[in-house]
Amino acid sequence: MALEKPYKDIPGTTIFDSEQSRKGYHLNQFCMSLMKAENRERFKADERAYLDEWPMTEDQKLAVMSRDLNRCMELGGNIYFLAKIGATDGLSFQQMAGSMTGMTEEEYREMMLKGGRSPEGNRYLHEQSK
Amino acid sequence: MAKINASVYTSHVPAIGAALDLGKSEEPYWKKVFDGYEFSKQWIKESKPDVIFLVYNDHANNFSLELIPTFALGTGESFEPSDEGWGKRPVPTVQGHPDLAAHIAHSVIQDDFDLTLCNKMEVDHGLTVPLSLMFGQPEEWPCKIIPLHVNVVQYPVPSGKRCYELGKAIRRAVESYGEDLNVQIWGTGGMSHQLQGPRAGLINAEWDNKFLDRLINDPEDLSKVSHVEYVREAGSEGIELVMWLIARGAMDEGKTPKVTHRFFHVPASNTAVGHLILENQED
Repeated sequence: MALEKPYKDIPGTTIFDSEQSRKGYHLNQFCMSLMKAENRERFKADERAYLDEWPMTEDQKLAVMSRDLNRCMELGGNIYFLAKIGATDGLSFQQMAGSMTGMTEEEYREMMLKGGRSPEGNRYLHEQSK
Repeated sequence: MAKINASVYTSHVPAIGAALDLGKSEEPYWKKVFDGYEFSKQWIKESKPDVIFLVYNDHANNFSLELIPTFALGTGESFEPSDEGWGKRPVPTVQGHPDLAAHIAHSVIQDDFDLTLCNKMEVDHGLTVPLSLMFGQPEEWPCKIIPLHVNVVQYPVPSGKRCYELGKAIRRAVESYGEDLNVQIWGTGGMSHQLQGPRAGLINAEWDNKFLDRLINDPEDLSKVSHVEYVREAGSEGIELVMWLIARGAMDEGKTPKVTHRFFHVPASNTAVGHLILENQED
């Protein structure tokens, strides 16, 4: 019997469960390696060469190089691990979170100042297809 | 006998730590956050805990995907702050209480909670930001701290119910420790926030405030809230709030605690900030 995953009907959200974690193991461990300054330097000097040292899929490597965090998550990345790429690039957590929403940095910051994204219309996938 | 006299609940947003470390706490944006803790800083000076049992979660700093413990108790002598990628926070090393921690491990594991014990681990903003909010910027933290890391990063994470029951087991453990110690338990993380995906930035102030009400008045019922409700209503990272139930479970059972302080503010970076101080009432 398949395990129940009731969170699959929440829009714009990827839950990092065991299935995602299996898919993203090497991607996330690569991110973790960026906690060491010398690894950050080697990555910045030649991203492709550094990524090729990891048994990641080609799609995962391309998603990292294009800094497409939504795609990284789809391929098993977790935001706290992916944040190490943002730290390497000198980005704040707000800049990273904002980059996934299709809004500009300024628009996202404004939205947060005004109380954030409302849950209204954002609870279920079927609310969004209307 | 050791006794848990009070519990403190607070968000642990990393940007709050950064604002303090970079001297921005007087800027209007941040002052609104720090003002909510002015009372608390005075209160804790007077309540003088000997030990804080601090419930938090690591955010892929000490624990990578090599090892994913559900509940990890810090039994070591001391714990260094992590470099999370932006450089180490300029905060003191955390001094543990290995003897009380070992006693708690012994009691809680025999009480059927299978803790992972960590004699060596680093602690990240999840633990150090609450300390900064409550104590400011001292040379040394003024008391001993026992860290308890909870996995809220990779699902399945522990249920609210499991967390609440663990809190009760921690209270029993502390109360069976021979030495007279004034112990506090802190629950950290939350409140509503989502850091990922097109739904990032979700905040639900109404749900958060109901959570605070229920945490104070009916934690047993609150502990039945499902994971999916946390995620749907309070955002994917709002799940951190299950950790508040550990602290609440460790308060005197069947009695409504005194609400010493309550604060709520939106936003700090991507997050709704919530903060409570609850004290056990004398009979």
